[in-house]
Amino acid sequence: MSIKKEYNLIVIGGGPAGMAVAYSAFQAGVKDILLIERHHKLGGILNQCIHVGFGLHYFKKELTGTEYAARYRKLLSNTDIEIKLSTFVTNVSPQKEVTFINRSDGVCVARAQRLVLATGCRERTREMLTVPGFRPAGIFTAGLAQEMVNIYGLMPGKKIVVVGSGDIGLIMARRLTLEGSQVLAVLEIQPQLSGLIRNKVQCLDDFNIPLYLEHELLEILGKNRVEGIRYRDVKGQKEVYMKCDAVLFSVGLIPERDLLIDQEMTPSNEVRLAGNANYVHELVDHATKESEKIGQEIAQELLGAKNV
Amino acid sequence: MIIKSHDITHDIIIIGAGIVGAAIAYELAKYELEILVLEKEAEPSFGVSKSNSGIIHTGFQSPATSLKGKLAVRGNKLYSDLAQKLDLPLKQIGELVVAFEEELPKLEEMQKNGQELGVPDLQIVDRAWLDQHEPNLNQDIQYALLGPTAAVINPYEAVYALLENALANQAQLHCSEKVLSIQSQNSVWQVTTEKAVYKTRYVINAAGLFADEISQLAGILCPKIIPRKGEEFLLDRHIQNLTERVIFPVPKPDTKGVLIIPTVDGNYMLGPTATEIEDKTDLSTSQAGKEKVLKAISNLVKWLPETIVITSFAGLRPALKNGDFYIQEDQPGFVNLVGIQSPGLTAAPAIAEHVREIIEKKQPLKTRVHYQSERKAIPRFRDLPLNQKNTLIQQDPDFGEIICRCEEVTKAEIKMAIQRGACTLDGIKFHTRAQMGRCHGSFCTAKIMTILKDELGLKYQQITKRGKGTEIVY
Ligand SMILES: Cc1cc2nc3c(=O)[nH]c(=O)nc-3n(C[C@H](O)[C@H](O)[C@H](O)COP(=O)(O)OP(=O)(O)OC[C@H]3O[C@@H](n4cnc5c(N)ncnc54)[C@H](O)[C@@H]3O)c2cc1C
Ligand SMILES: Cc1cc2nc3c(=O)[nH]c(=O)nc-3n(C[C@H](O)[C@H](O)[C@H](O)COP(=O)(O)OP(=O)(O)OC[C@H]3O[C@@H](n4cnc5c(N)ncnc54)[C@H](O)[C@@H]3O)c2cc1C
Repeated sequence: MSIKKEYNLIVIGGGPAGMAVAYSAFQAGVKDILLIERHHKLGGILNQCIHVGFGLHYFKKELTGTEYAARYRKLLSNTDIEIKLSTFVTNVSPQKEVTFINRSDGVCVARAQRLVLATGCRERTREMLTVPGFRPAGIFTAGLAQEMVNIYGLMPGKKIVVVGSGDIGLIMARRLTLEGSQVLAVLEIQPQLSGLIRNKVQCLDDFNIPLYLEHELLEILGKNRVEGIRYRDVKGQKEVYMKCDAVLFSVGLIPERDLLIDQEMTPSNEVRLAGNANYVHELVDHATKESEKIGQEIAQELLGAKNV
Repeated sequence: MIIKSHDITHDIIIIGAGIVGAAIAYELAKYELEILVLEKEAEPSFGVSKSNSGIIHTGFQSPATSLKGKLAVRGNKLYSDLAQKLDLPLKQIGELVVAFEEELPKLEEMQKNGQELGVPDLQIVDRAWLDQHEPNLNQDIQYALLGPTAAVINPYEAVYALLENALANQAQLHCSEKVLSIQSQNSVWQVTTEKAVYKTRYVINAAGLFADEISQLAGILCPKIIPRKGEEFLLDRHIQNLTERVIFPVPKPDTKGVLIIPTVDGNYMLGPTATEIEDKTDLSTSQAGKEKVLKAISNLVKWLPETIVITSFAGLRPALKNGDFYIQEDQPGFVNLVGIQSPGLTAAPAIAEHVREIIEKKQPLKTRVHYQSERKAIPRFRDLPLNQKNTLIQQDPDFGEIICRCEEVTKAEIKMAIQRGACTLDGIKFHTRAQMGRCHGSFCTAKIMTILKDELGLKYQQITKRGKGTEIVY
């Protein structure tokens, strides 16, 4: 096992936020930084975002998510930040010990002066599971559908309904249409859109995909594979049946803080949250900038302390 | 058609790989018999046995005169030993039937009934006892009948444990092989499936909901199954301290009522409902069911958190009109097990003994020479101490690769499940818990599909949720 046990800074999560914390702390002079990412590649959620709309603020250029990630990875490649890929953090302790696991090192524990959780967020699924009806194949979160299509080249369905108007749902409505599926509608129970207006315009309006605000999913039908849904207009109470073979849920994101919650820990100066783990950022540029600031602050604290 | 006895391929064909078929295979595999289990679904335990409350009842809920009562009491006794031998997680938490003031006579009646059945250690406890041991029970509940021998398990794990042991003792299991017709001649039974024709001396009909139809295939009259749907609702793991034991209301004539079940996995389950239906494949859940369950439960406890249900499922009890089990050798060599509804999970090991006795009456059975009495479960990596984790990773680096983030399930565990017969996403879930956590598979589904594809040499498009017709992607 080739692991040092003590670090100045351990960053958990190698998405844009985690990369930015590590990079800026390094630039400001912090040594012995460990960045841990469970995927085999840095970049986080950006690696499955092949659409444009990233980087206008930070790189002053309209990039795809994957391009944005590649540019930032390049910045990191000229540093001596220790990077562990395909490595899963399973536990953190109030003593700032981080337990992680991978195929070659096994289970290891390392400790740091400062800890940053840049673990992103996960999709809400509760709605998906408490909808009455059957449990057929063909029910996906929008993010899983995005991974299927963009990473694996697999199609979740041919006639699709999106439930919830979050950004991933809107982006996937367009993506699936471009790939030849028919997206029948986006249902949103609230009176207003939950994603960005620009995504409604570019992903729904431009493709004539209807958005039904104040519409509620009542039931999913189909014993083996999804065969249809029932939904209703919240005001008029009129029930409608719609035939489809897949349902995508885009009903919100939850900051990923289980590592802290499991230990009943709260964020502090020594254990911080960055990026979507802190709150959901609509634009990656903001996540990057904020996280770079966190890296600088940590550098000041650590290096300042050394100088005393 | 003439069937000659030298054509015989098997001693025993068991139709159905639910808990009943599995328990029978386990019991009979102790003897020198050629056993084949036929299952129409892609994997074992995809019928009634996957969707139930997972309670090993004491047995006192069934009438003292009933067959199911006797078998449940005996089954309960057998489970502790099985759990040990077969490495099956089982928690003996006890059950309480809770009563309001006016219901005390009913409790006494139940206690008497239970004692007649031989249920051990039954005791009626009062409010003071409840205040100390079950402080969250509704203040108006005055008494309860305590059955300390009740336990909880994961029903599908029990099916796997029993079957894996049977297979280690030379029994065979064929999944995705539906029985289509059954004929007999000269004391030999010919069983025709989608894939093959077998000839056997015994047919054991353990087809759950479809047992009446299987009997019909063989031209044997038996009582008709009336499916009774039960919807169950699972609560988030964060909800703790609702109750310590399984809680029942005083039962109604047709059902034990809606229960609070502290599952063996540590989260609570509420249910089941009881509605007679026609369609044996209708496993839908409903808003009405959920409201009914939550309302019933709110009568039992002081405190019930809001918006607590994280998922739900429905199961169908294969019930008969008279409410009892129907177990009979209806024709020589054809054993019917019809109406194995609740407490069928509890009774299964005793049902298996009963079937063995039926066979033994006609011919002495020879105990298996190289019998393996034990079975090891797939190691649950998450729960192991650090040094054991590292030993495992050194032996097999796949233990170092986490696939399911919520339940911390490793690639090695998933591959082991596949080696033990899992071939669908649901199968992987029941074997390993992967996809069962907070994110409900949004993180691991694609990764598990990749492992299934690689291990089984399939295309992604062939991978299913639970068998043909449930393909995931195009
Ligand atoms: C569909 C979609 C479309 C978007 N569109 C745009 C857009 O057009 N323009 C734009 O500017 N922004 C967009 N965004 C937002 C942007 O992608 C996010 O704000 C940004 O990715 C957040 O970065 P993060 O580092 O906080 O989280 P993430 O990118 O989610 O990274 C978190 C990382 O932590 C890792 N991790 C988590 N837990 C562990 C653990 N226990 N151990 C090890 N590693 C762990 C994860 O693998 C992941 O790599 C979009 C997001 C999505 C999902
Ligand atoms: C909601 C609910 C809660 C319950 N709770 C409890 C409890 O807490 N405790 C308890 O003890 N019991 C409980 N029960 C009862 C228990 O689940 C059943 O008694 C038990 O699972 C029945 O097992 P089985 O093996 O007979 O049926 P199954 O598990 O249905 O097995 C029969 C198998 O036969 C197969 N099959 C059918 N037709 C064919 C064919 N033609 N060819 C090949 N294979 C075929 C089916 O696919 C199936 O896998 C509950 C039941 C329900 C519905």
